[in-house]
Amino acid sequence: MWPRLVPRGEASPVMVWMTPVLAVALTLLAGTALFAALGYPPGRALHAYFVEPVSTFYGLGELAVKATPLTLTAVGLAIGFRANVWNIGAEGQLVMGAVLGGGLALAFWGEEGPWLMPAMLLAGILGGALWAAIPAFLRTRFNASEILVSLMMVYVATLFLNWLVHGPWRDPEGFNFPQSRMFGNDALMPVLFEGTRLHLGTPIAFAVVLGGWFLLARTFVGFQIKVLGLTPAAASYAGFDQRRLIWFCLLLSGGLAGLAGVIEAAGPVGQLTPAIPQGYGFTAIIVAFLGRLHPLGILLAALLIALTYIGGESAQITLQLPIAVTGVFQGMLLFFLLATDVLIRYRVRWGAPAGEAGRA
Amino acid sequence: MDISRRQFAIGSAALAGASALPFGMGSALAQAPLKVGFVYVGPVSDHGFSYQHDLGRKEVEKAYGAKVQTTFVENVPEGADAERVINQLAAQGNGLIFTTSFGFMNPTIRVAQRHPKVKFEHCTGYKRADNVATYSARFYEGRTICGALAGKLTKSNIIGYIGSFPIPEVVSGINAFTVALRRVNPQAQVRVVWVNSWYDPGKEADAAKALLDQGADVITQHTDSPAPCQIAEQRGAWSFGQSSDMQRFAPNKLVTSIVDDWGPYYVRRVKEVMDGTWKAIDTWDGIKQGLVVIPPFNPSIGADNVALGQKVKDDIVAGRLHPFAGPIKDQQGKVVYAEGKHASDEDILKMAFYVEGVQGSLPK
Amino acid sequence: MLETVTALLIATIIAATPLLLAATGELVAEKSGVLNLGVEGMMLVGAVSGFIGVQVTGSGTLGIVAAALAGALMALVFAFLTLGLKANQVATGLALTLFGIGLSALMGKDFVGTPHDRLPQLAVPGLSDLPVIGPLLFGHDALVYLALALVAAVHWFLYHTRRGLVLRAVGENHDAAHAIGYPVLRIRLMATLFGGAMSGLGGAYLSLAYTPQWAENMTAGRGWIALALVVFATWKPGRVLVGAWLFGGVTLGQLYGQGLGIPVPSQFMAMLPYLATVLVLVAISRDRVRIRLNAPACIGKTFHPAA
Repeated sequence: MWPRLVPRGEASPVMVWMTPVLAVALTLLAGTALFAALGYPPGRALHAYFVEPVSTFYGLGELAVKATPLTLTAVGLAIGFRANVWNIGAEGQLVMGAVLGGGLALAFWGEEGPWLMPAMLLAGILGGALWAAIPAFLRTRFNASEILVSLMMVYVATLFLNWLVHGPWRDPEGFNFPQSRMFGNDALMPVLFEGTRLHLGTPIAFAVVLGGWFLLARTFVGFQIKVLGLTPAAASYAGFDQRRLIWFCLLLSGGLAGLAGVIEAAGPVGQLTPAIPQGYGFTAIIVAFLGRLHPLGILLAALLIALTYIGGESAQITLQLPIAVTGVFQGMLLFFLLATDVLIRYRVRWGAPAGEAGRA
Repeated sequence: MDISRRQFAIGSAALAGASALPFGMGSALAQAPLKVGFVYVGPVSDHGFSYQHDLGRKEVEKAYGAKVQTTFVENVPEGADAERVINQLAAQGNGLIFTTSFGFMNPTIRVAQRHPKVKFEHCTGYKRADNVATYSARFYEGRTICGALAGKLTKSNIIGYIGSFPIPEVVSGINAFTVALRRVNPQAQVRVVWVNSWYDPGKEADAAKALLDQGADVITQHTDSPAPCQIAEQRGAWSFGQSSDMQRFAPNKLVTSIVDDWGPYYVRRVKEVMDGTWKAIDTWDGIKQGLVVIPPFNPSIGADNVALGQKVKDDIVAGRLHPFAGPIKDQQGKVVYAEGKHASDEDILKMAFYVEGVQGSLPK
Repeated sequence: MLETVTALLIATIIAATPLLLAATGELVAEKSGVLNLGVEGMMLVGAVSGFIGVQVTGSGTLGIVAAALAGALMALVFAFLTLGLKANQVATGLALTLFGIGLSALMGKDFVGTPHDRLPQLAVPGLSDLPVIGPLLFGHDALVYLALALVAAVHWFLYHTRRGLVLRAVGENHDAAHAIGYPVLRIRLMATLFGGAMSGLGGAYLSLAYTPQWAENMTAGRGWIALALVVFATWKPGRVLVGAWLFGGVTLGQLYGQGLGIPVPSQFMAMLPYLATVLVLVAISRDRVRIRLNAPACIGKTFHPAA
């Protein structure tokens, strides 16, 4: 007898909240098995992953620092994904945001003022949006897939940053090592609590979450995006300008990725280095879907993913758990989270299907 | 009560929780071991840069047994995450922390300010503080030996050089190689191909092919995978290994490797912390001090060449040969270091020009 | 000059092989409507499995088989989640990549730094010695020819067999295919497993032939390029071949260019393969209608049978 899935009439409101709990329970079980099989004490390993990182005030701050770029980027991506606009290249837009925003910090190095930070944030948004405008233009004008163009532009952006910090933007007092000057004080994100690295970027990410929610729930553009994603035909009957929506989605997601980039450069990094791209643009895609393309869900998903990354470091430090195990563990956690979602729309029934046996 | 995992056999780790208490308390009563942390940029199994550092960590464990307790964190990105990892190591009671990649410099300095009692050692950087020392290896000394041998071994007078990123460490290596090469063989040229990666076997192999196809008959690399040596071996060209001894990847044609051996340095510095004599100094050691190791030359290069390699090595160790002794000209033919002069340590540390004999240009 | 060009072409054929294998497999999966972004992870697990296979059995053939099986197993995980449990394909594929990076590193821990002989090259007596054509066409290893044969086979399968037609129909409109009575999920499962096996082979080409060694993350992003090539090829197998050769050729070309001393910073040279791919895509994408005909309409969409 095999279990089979029977669609529910409508999404189960209970399961919307229950499935993450179920997924976490499954992860704890599977994690216990994984760690025990590899010869690590499971209790201590799980403690290192999920408790230790957030057991100090500093650790909580770190969680927020790590979740901030993920949240910012994922909110923009999710809005695009809802409209079937596939921006896979947020990583490149993030880099260009850091480049333009960071470039401003370097250009006004030594003659800064309180105006600099807002200008940098705007420049970051602009940098990301400009980079996303390339796939937007090529898609709307030449019909070129934004998936491919945005992905290819990631590599170009990363190499461009690399060239800048190896060449023209190299720190003149930095022994020719590939990194820019350290940003001046006015070009650094203000730290919110002494003793942590929690910076102004986190409240900005909160604001973006709320803005994203408002856009999708309360505005006509948000409505158009949702219609376009669900039934493109209906969108064209209704006379929505699909090109404009593609432009809107790519510029928005690019701009937010760029904002994440400049916040990262001006926040915990404090300069431009080749290590600005850390894969946030790609991880944000997972975050967007884990959050079910909903800004509030994304916030939670970003915190969870950030926790597994920081937890992986803790597990290495306290248990010498190899980083490879963290990859496997993260993969499992994501599998469970994605798999249990099925219960929202389906119920499980045991036994042979009644009327369908002949068809398949 | 913190127990290092390696004190237990893997199979019995499930019991570790139960046995941890008495064991941990016992050792704590005797004398708390010095906790030493290591932060690596790559995986310990990269068989290159991070692997070599980890060998050094193991030597520390071997030397001091229960008196030390080491912890390493691998694959730490050089961006914002590094600071958190270093901070966590400091917060968890490590008395000495080695951060082993250039990109960890600013994070190390920042964490060091927060933890004035913890001692830090940063590899390949230039910023120090009361509790931050720096150390690096004079990799370029090894390049001088390789360059001299390449000058003898090449028939086409074209040497292929695979670079990772144009940072001073790599550029000074290219220059040291080229200077030595052309003292032996003034006709020889060095062609540089950058792969923009420290570790991408496929691309390194492609670069090796590109250079061999353009007439190079000796390949040398400043990237960490053995792929270029493998390609050179297939094509019957000489090669030099980097970071670890790559001999088994190219048993017939690998001349030698430039191996980093951090062990003796780590053992010494740990001892200094234990004795209370540790100081935040800058250490830049080379072949003489054993930080850079040149494994035995492949006998197939011929006895004369083995003797030459040995002589160059001995001269460097004895201080008779400075790898950057003048006259050295840049690509435009301008004399940079005149006869009787040589490059200062600072010049080498920030080197950003090519000497005569190198083809190509550096980003400005 | 001719020799250098020939050498460049040979190197291109070899460099394109892992991309070609992975992209051709992914193309079949996507044609059936399954978007599996886990190519990079499947390639890595294939690479390490192939390597372990050869180390343990000593047989290149068994290594290749092991790689294909391992890739297919990874794809099975993906299929179970996305087809069985209706999980989101994009997110599951990315999670599969994370999982595969970790798993391959874990599996290969004891094999790092172990060399082995690369797959034998198949020399054809007489023909391999012909100038230019000899080294260009003959004397590669078996996987190079297998990759080319598989491209042709996939083209033939998709466009000249009934089953291929059914597979495309499933990717085009799963509801209609289901209504006619085709087993949508079973066909997608097969296509996904094929894609996984091909990714595994692509990975194995790296660890067995290209650079015979195992190293963590040794695919270095080639899975992503393979994914891009499927889009580039507008879902046509023949164009995957063109795309793989273009990308491989420009990648190598910029390295050759550096070797010649072209005075352009290496970072800009390294951008060329990505820019070239975009430019060519733009040139071939202008024909809106043809693109639309090739792109599977149901790609990435979950099939709800009774919905």
